[in-house]
Amino acid sequence: MKTIKILSLLTLIIGLSAFTVNKIAVADGYKVGDVAEDFKLMNIDGKMVSLSDYKDAKGYIVTFTCNTCPYAVGYEDRIIALNNKYASMGYPVIAIMPNNTDVQPGDSMDKMKERAKSKGFTFPYLIDKEQSVYPKYGATKTPHVFILQKTSKGNVVKYIGAIDDNYQDASAVKTKYVENAVNALLKGDDVPEKETKAIGCTIKV
Amino acid sequence: MRIIKFLVLALIVSSCNNKKASEASNVVSKTKDNTIEITNTDLEVYDFNGFQKFLEKKDDKVYVVNFWATWCAPCVKEMPYFEKLNQEYKKENVEVLFVSLDFPHLYESKLKPFIKDKNIQSKVVALNDVDMNTWIPKVDENWSGSIPATIIYKNDTSKFYEQSFTYESLEKELKQFLK
Repeated sequence: MKTIKILSLLTLIIGLSAFTVNKIAVADGYKVGDVAEDFKLMNIDGKMVSLSDYKDAKGYIVTFTCNTCPYAVGYEDRIIALNNKYASMGYPVIAIMPNNTDVQPGDSMDKMKERAKSKGFTFPYLIDKEQSVYPKYGATKTPHVFILQKTSKGNVVKYIGAIDDNYQDASAVKTKYVENAVNALLKGDDVPEKETKAIGCTIKV
Repeated sequence: MRIIKFLVLALIVSSCNNKKASEASNVVSKTKDNTIEITNTDLEVYDFNGFQKFLEKKDDKVYVVNFWATWCAPCVKEMPYFEKLNQEYKKENVEVLFVSLDFPHLYESKLKPFIKDKNIQSKVVALNDVDMNTWIPKVDENWSGSIPATIIYKNDTSKFYEQSFTYESLEKELKQFLK
């Protein structure tokens, strides 16, 4: 009888902990002003990449993205353009693919390599294989951008959200949230809009 | 024997919860692109201002408003539960509304054929408003923007869910509005 009690308690605990997995990402992720931890993730060239590898960077445009989300695909050219514009100014794009590749085989490392090659990605495209990095950031979807500024305290989160205000048509964009944020940081100004919302594809766990 | 049963149950419970949002059936990519000529379904398309009325009805009905898209696998997976709910609770003054966030250029090739092929009985409208940063917080200030997302409301009482549902969990939430 006792064993059964213990087991049912165990069941409850396991059930509860499983249920909270999805919530953690949203509730406990970084807020603007938090210091973001560094990570070590595998790039499409097989090498491990950390933020600290970028000695000359002033900050980072950390972008959670993937091959299979139509919104992420719609933004690929704009992500490339961001890196081409800002890497040399000290804000490289660091792209991270957060999906479980068993659930979403189209996001496997091999498929990531293919996609990066065919699109000509100029930035690292890392895989969050253990799915341990995206929950820390609080990323919930792709694409989801976190701009970090390197400071004496560490890498401080300065912006969370969308790339711009028109996912359908790059030429009809009115406000370029990420560009505005990086431009402000480069000038030493406050980021004008620190958080924005956009529809995206749920990260596959 | 009993112990084994419990362990199995424990495992099932934990794995179900974990995976319910993620088990992806790739219905979307299988939808054929050549069905334009057979779809004459009228589709109501709104910008957010036009759409807002669907979130503000005050007619004592319980509205279950689900944001989805044909490309969103977890959304497609839970749609049958909403359809079932719509059927089962129609008599109790409940109405399900599907709000598609599909890309406008895919209305003809993906969305309309999907509605037709799946024989969706609940009302479907399309929301086409690129200025998401303006309208997402108006739906719910805590919505990060991932879908599926659902609002259940009755008059001035509403609850927002940025999650996937099973039929049981959906029905449980609905029942809070039927008391």
